[in-house]
Amino acid sequence: MTDLSVDVQGLGRIYKTRGSPGSPGREFSALTDVNLQVRRGELFGLLGPNGAGKTTLIKILTTLLSPTSGSALVAGYDVAGESRKVRPRISMVSGGEASGYGLLTVRENLWMFSQFYGIPSGEANRRIEAMLEVLHMSDRLDTKSAELSTGLRQKMNIVRGFLTDPEVLFLDEPTLGLDVGASRDVRAFIREWMKEDPNRTLLLTTHYMVEADELCDRIAIINKGRVLACDTPENLKKRLQGEAIFQLEVTPVPAAAVTSLESLPGLHKVTHHEADGRSRLDLVLEEESALSSVLAHMTGLGIHLLSLTKREPTLEDVFVELVGTSMEEMEHDVSGGA
Amino acid sequence: MATWLGWQIESNWTDPLLFATYSIIKPLAGASILVVMYAVITHGNFSAPMFQWIYVGSALYLYVGSIMTGISWGVVDDRERYRMLKYLYAVPTPFAVYLLGRGVSRFITGSFSVWITILFGVIFLKIRQSPEHFHPALFVVGLVLGLATLASMGLVLGAVVLTLKTHTEQLGDAVAGALYLFSGAAFSIAMLPAWLRPLAYALPLGYWLEVMRRSLLGPPPAQFATFAAWSDGQLLLALLGFAAGYALLAAGTLKVCVHSARERGMLDQVSNF
Repeated sequence: MTDLSVDVQGLGRIYKTRGSPGSPGREFSALTDVNLQVRRGELFGLLGPNGAGKTTLIKILTTLLSPTSGSALVAGYDVAGESRKVRPRISMVSGGEASGYGLLTVRENLWMFSQFYGIPSGEANRRIEAMLEVLHMSDRLDTKSAELSTGLRQKMNIVRGFLTDPEVLFLDEPTLGLDVGASRDVRAFIREWMKEDPNRTLLLTTHYMVEADELCDRIAIINKGRVLACDTPENLKKRLQGEAIFQLEVTPVPAAAVTSLESLPGLHKVTHHEADGRSRLDLVLEEESALSSVLAHMTGLGIHLLSLTKREPTLEDVFVELVGTSMEEMEHDVSGGA
Repeated sequence: MATWLGWQIESNWTDPLLFATYSIIKPLAGASILVVMYAVITHGNFSAPMFQWIYVGSALYLYVGSIMTGISWGVVDDRERYRMLKYLYAVPTPFAVYLLGRGVSRFITGSFSVWITILFGVIFLKIRQSPEHFHPALFVVGLVLGLATLASMGLVLGAVVLTLKTHTEQLGDAVAGALYLFSGAAFSIAMLPAWLRPLAYALPLGYWLEVMRRSLLGPPPAQFATFAAWSDGQLLLALLGFAAGYALLAAGTLKVCVHSARERGMLDQVSNF
């Protein structure tokens, strides 16, 4: 058994769209020169906004998609050339989708998959019952999956991923679309599963900062197909230790005022959110003393301070530091401002 | 397991009574169209050997649609309707075995259609078999070789569907419908235009139906003399060759198409199903 469960070297993936008369085909680079190593026993997170390349990377690692360049080993085997050796050692669940055979019961859906992995029927049923109990779904064992809510269906799919006790488990946005309680259940389930066996490895993608921070031993921040940083959550946040971070609630701030703030000396980054007729400004200052000049500038613009909090750096701040904008803003832009 | 899944999907879409009714009425409706057409053309001469040959050939041809369409439909269903193909592809069970399993479930439901149609013919249309003409060994060997070949053809079609983005749900039926012309089920291959005959001879369907009808009904009538000069052994040898050839073709096509689907990211693509 290798010490590296996932070893990605110089991985690239280009999608090509076919052209039509009058419109040439286009190329889109989903991953560029990605290098990642996930150690055996690690709970590793890929953190990035929608469209960052997380799902593309998972698809390559689970043998569903071929890389355009570079190499990727999972459990010591090349995903491109030795996919048959990779598959018995992995499992995968994608969140946010209603996959599954609706005409089968929850037990039948899960049992069927266990049989594709050669798990004895009795053992499979034992595992199914135990896992559904942990996720508070025991009463749904004989319910047809078409009759489940989206959240329960997603929980069923998550059980499917864990059921075969894979060496490396890939979870793509496992809590996407789940309510707070269900997300908490899933995160607790993931933690327990990892605790049970130190040889298990789990790679999850998420765009929820808190989830990544709470669960992962190490995190790679990915954006536009490139890995920008990879470290433990604590070490990533230490990047900002020399800087002072303040959260301000103020009266509404016009866009031009935000631009003028960005040019102030000593102000490293500013992110701006509007909510309930107020503005929230997250300021990353090179040092605390720069705050007074920022406040004076805002007063001059007619912006009134409502509250001010100094806080510790978060992964969101790290993301802003690396990318230059918040994940929320990026996703807002990607969705066309919808 | 794939067969079990396929059977659940095939049989659980409605309640058992409606499913049984549908399973009986559908093949009988198809057979009735053929019978009416034949009756109009021959003024109701159902006792002619040619009618028995056409009727049994067309009934057996139902296997072609069932098995070929079953595999390709399995790909479409799993990928687009249930969104499960990516998970099924990533399991340790070889993908070809899974797809063939889905085809077996259609073979089971197809068998209902075939034998209900034949039973209907025996009871109501005086389809008769002389005991001295029934060759059980030829029937079993012919059926096994033919079904194996059909499964390989279905695998080829299923593999091609993996690489297609749209209109994949109709492909199986379209191909099975088109091949009917070249099968010799309703008319002899010799009646085809000369330039189309090589295609019919290159397909296993005519040989297979000849073996199956000989095993059930005895020697062919004069109107179906295409393979009259061939012995049973020669036909079985030809079928064996087709079974081996199509198995190799299926393995190669699946390898190429899966490679292409992985290159193009189509194993989990969803179109406009």
